[in-house]
Amino acid sequence: MISLEKVKAGIKELSAKIKKEMESEEEIRIMHLCGTHEDTITRYNLRSLLPENLKLLSGPGCPVCIIPDVDLQMVFHLIQNANIILTTFGDMARVPFEGKSLFYYKSKGCDIRIVYSVFEAVEIAKQSDKPVVHFGIGFETTMPSTALAILDGVENFHVFSSHRFFIPAMEHLLSLGEAKIDGFINPGHVSTIVGVKAYEPIKERYGVPQIIAGFEPYDVMLAVYHLVKAIRNEEKALLNEYTRAVKYEGNVKAQQVMDEVFDRQDWEWRGLGVVPASGGAIRKKYEDYDAMKAFEDVFKDFEPKEDARKKVCRCGEVLRGLITPSGCPLFMKACTPKDPIGPCMVSFEGTCNIWAKYGGYRI
Amino acid sequence: MCLAIPGRVESVEYPFAIVDFSGTKKRVRIDLVDDVKPGEYVLVHVGFAIQKVDEEEAKKIEEMLAEILIE
Ligand code: SF4
Repeated sequence: MISLEKVKAGIKELSAKIKKEMESEEEIRIMHLCGTHEDTITRYNLRSLLPENLKLLSGPGCPVCIIPDVDLQMVFHLIQNANIILTTFGDMARVPFEGKSLFYYKSKGCDIRIVYSVFEAVEIAKQSDKPVVHFGIGFETTMPSTALAILDGVENFHVFSSHRFFIPAMEHLLSLGEAKIDGFINPGHVSTIVGVKAYEPIKERYGVPQIIAGFEPYDVMLAVYHLVKAIRNEEKALLNEYTRAVKYEGNVKAQQVMDEVFDRQDWEWRGLGVVPASGGAIRKKYEDYDAMKAFEDVFKDFEPKEDARKKVCRCGEVLRGLITPSGCPLFMKACTPKDPIGPCMVSFEGTCNIWAKYGGYRI
Repeated sequence: MCLAIPGRVESVEYPFAIVDFSGTKKRVRIDLVDDVKPGEYVLVHVGFAIQKVDEEEAKKIEEMLAEILIE
C-alpha cells in the first residue's frame, strides 16, 4: 500500500501539473457523470486544486434526481389505490411531490418498507400473501440486481421500473449541444458493468475525450490530468483509469441478465426530456412481474399533474451542467437538505445536496 | 445509488458470500461475478458483488502516482 503522505504529495504534484498544462489554455470544461464523483470532488475540495480556467461540471449522474415526477406520482397513486407492500431505497423515499414523499405516506399508514437490497424485497414477498412492489431505480450498476430478483420468479413480487440506461443519456446530452463539454469523466461503477467498449460509439460519433475513473481523490486528479492532456492534444481518447474494477468487456454476466429482463424504450428524464432507448422497461416475457402490467387497472384513472412547488426548482439545469446549485435562487434559502424542494437536494448523490453538505462552492 | 464499496470475501456459500468491509461483515450475492474465492476483494453495490477488484491493477495505479512524483 502506498502511504497517505505519498498520496497527498502525488495529488499536490498532479495539481501543479494540471495548472501548468492549463497555463496557455483559455477554458476547458470537463463534465463528470456520477454523484459519487461529485461527492469526492466536493468533500475533498478538489476544485480548489484546479486552475480557474478548468471547470469541473456535474452532469446527470444521480439516478434518483433524473426520475421524472410522473414516475413518482404513479407510485404514489399505486400505494393509495392498491393493497400492496411497497419497497424502495431510502433516498427515493424522501423525494417530495407537492411536498409529500413516500415517508409521508408511510406515516399515514401505507405499508412502505425501506430496503438496502432488492433481495430484501424478494424475502418480504416470500413471507407475505400480499403483492410486493419494488420501486426499482438506478442505472446499469443496479439493473442486473433487479433483473436477478425478477428471474428468481417469486409470484407475488413485482417491480415498478424507473430504471434507466445511462449511456444513451450521454449521447443525448451531446446531441442537445447546450453545455460546452470538452471531456467526460465517465461513471466508474456503471462502467464495471458496461465496460470500456460501451463508450466506443460516443468516441466514434462525437470524439469527445473520455476517461473512466475511480472514486478516490487521486483517481479523480489523475483522470483530470490525463483528460486535460488528451483535450489539448485533440485526441479522440477513451481512457480507463479505473482498471482495478473496469474491464474492456465489462461484466458480461450482469449484461446478460440485464438484457434478458429489460428492454430499451424511449423514456423521459428530469431535465433531459425523452432520451431514446434509455428506459429500462420490463420485457413482455416477464410482464407478470411488471407492476405496470399487474396493476394495469389501478393505473387506468391515473392523471399526471405539475408540482407547483417545483416551478422555480432548477434541478433540470443542474443535471445538464448548465448551472451550479449556487445558480438556483432557492439554494440554501427555501431549499435545504432538511426541507428539500427538488430531488437534487434530496439524494445523497444530488449536486445540491452535496454542495449543501460540504459547502465551499466553486465550480 | 451507484456507490459500490470494496470488501474482502471471507467465505462462500454460493450464491452468497460473507464479505468483510473493514470489520463489518455482510452477506452479499455473488452470482453476477464468476468464480469468487475467499481472500479476493469484490466491489459491492446494493447487496451484490458487481466486480472483483484486481489487486495487480490497484498496485499499478499506486505506482503511477509514485511515478508522477519523480517524473
Ligand atoms: S437548490 Fe433545490 S430548488 Fe434549487 S435546483 Fe437544487 S433542488 Fe432544485
